[in-house]
Amino acid sequence: MAYITCYDLALGYDGETILRGLNFQVDPGDYLCIVGENGSGKSTLMKTILGLRAPMGGSITTGDGLTQREIGYLPQQTLVQRDFPASIREIVLSGCQGRCGFRPFYNKEEKALAARNIEKMGLKGMEDRCYRELSGGQQQRVLLARALCATQKLLLLDEPVSGLDPVVTEEMYRLIDDLNKKEGITIIMISHDIAVALRRASHILHIGHSVFFGPRDEYVKSAVGRLFLSEERGGEQA
Amino acid sequence: MIDRLIYYLGFPFVRYALIVGVLIALCSSLLGVSLVLKRFSFIGDGLSHVAFGAMAVASVMKMTNEMPLTLLITMVCAVLLLRTGQKAKLSGDAAVAMLSVGALAIGYLLMNIFTPGGNLSGDVCTTLFGSTSILTLTKGEVYLCIVLSALVLAAFVLLYNKLFAVTFDENFASATGVSAGTYNMILAMMTAVIIVLAMNLVGSLLISALVIFPALSAMRVFRSFRSVTICSAVLSVICALLGLLISIVTSTPVGSTIVAVDLAAFGLFALWDKLKTGGFIR
Repeated sequence: MAYITCYDLALGYDGETILRGLNFQVDPGDYLCIVGENGSGKSTLMKTILGLRAPMGGSITTGDGLTQREIGYLPQQTLVQRDFPASIREIVLSGCQGRCGFRPFYNKEEKALAARNIEKMGLKGMEDRCYRELSGGQQQRVLLARALCATQKLLLLDEPVSGLDPVVTEEMYRLIDDLNKKEGITIIMISHDIAVALRRASHILHIGHSVFFGPRDEYVKSAVGRLFLSEERGGEQA
Repeated sequence: MIDRLIYYLGFPFVRYALIVGVLIALCSSLLGVSLVLKRFSFIGDGLSHVAFGAMAVASVMKMTNEMPLTLLITMVCAVLLLRTGQKAKLSGDAAVAMLSVGALAIGYLLMNIFTPGGNLSGDVCTTLFGSTSILTLTKGEVYLCIVLSALVLAAFVLLYNKLFAVTFDENFASATGVSAGTYNMILAMMTAVIIVLAMNLVGSLLISALVIFPALSAMRVFRSFRSVTICSAVLSVICALLGLLISIVTSTPVGSTIVAVDLAAFGLFALWDKLKTGGFIR
């Protein structure tokens, strides 16, 4: 049984379907990259997986001990308000909110979990710093620590490196690799950087005019993959 | 001057005004932090105009107590405003602007048509600017105000962490199982209650000031959600007390005096922030 199974999924908004007949599954331990042209429905797919939006057809089911609420999520950076007054500790702790239910305050375990994740992301000693005064890379690590408070199973990352410089980007990818390989956390990452997707991911989901889902090696050999890759390379040379 | 103050404090209506003023200032500043950060600064303004319209309807219907109907209509509008914000057929600020101007106009129209003769402009001025109504509170109104603000305060403390999560990142909160819609609704309800209460204090035009000024001032200087919330509450209470005392001693209009003090406090905080970032204070 897979963590996430999509069966004959149709996506769209305002009554218009932009994608139909999507089938794929995510197994524990996978590192899935979702690639595709702008406007192909990557973000809509992500919102549907998170349960923020109902599918227009077909189904998404979670299984193997994963519930809908155990999906940690790293939003695109622009979505979080940059002028918000909040300390690192406050933000990371808010990742535990889903498990609180109606309990009004955080308990000891949740505070300890937040402290562990702050340390894991290399932010120890900065707990009281203000989020908006951090660098882009640090901000992403705060949000990653928050996502880790919400789940130990599956992380959904939406363009986690957009707007970061090359050095910080590389660091971020290494951090995600570690979470996947060492901690066994399943990763679903939306990316438009196909080269990175090929280097890091175990599976590729390509959506757009033509759809591909499968292991990375098969993607490179597939018709969709070859076309997309040659276009990308052509684009880079031009 | 102190003698004069003590003399005035001997009157029960002055003490009532102080109690009600402090409570409303406290509640509105707490909610203000969330509202400002959620980009809902104007919901306070919109709802206060709705409350004005509702009050006009109630007085035209010759109701002895205008409060229940006003509260009901304002709450319904608060919920409606929030839902249009989510469905996005009519964008949030447009909806607020429409409702606010519409309610103001209808309210004035009704009062104009159905109030024969009398001191209409005086009535309208009182409702809009609150002139002296805080000094004519009855004991019953004071108790009602205490109970309602206690409820709002308790709800705020219990929901503090949830409001933070929903305000900071609504998508993340919903994705991890926090019912963002419910908490937004509760926030709207609390705002409606406070606005109807605050109409007695500063009148419907100046309520936004009570909601947004303390939060904005606190955000200039403090950097975490908790410190901003606490600072905004303390600041708002101090400004309200100061404004009330000044207006009692110098017999200036209560609402505008409080807002003027709030404005001065904002100026001071902005200056503090400038000096701090400029490196003059460490």
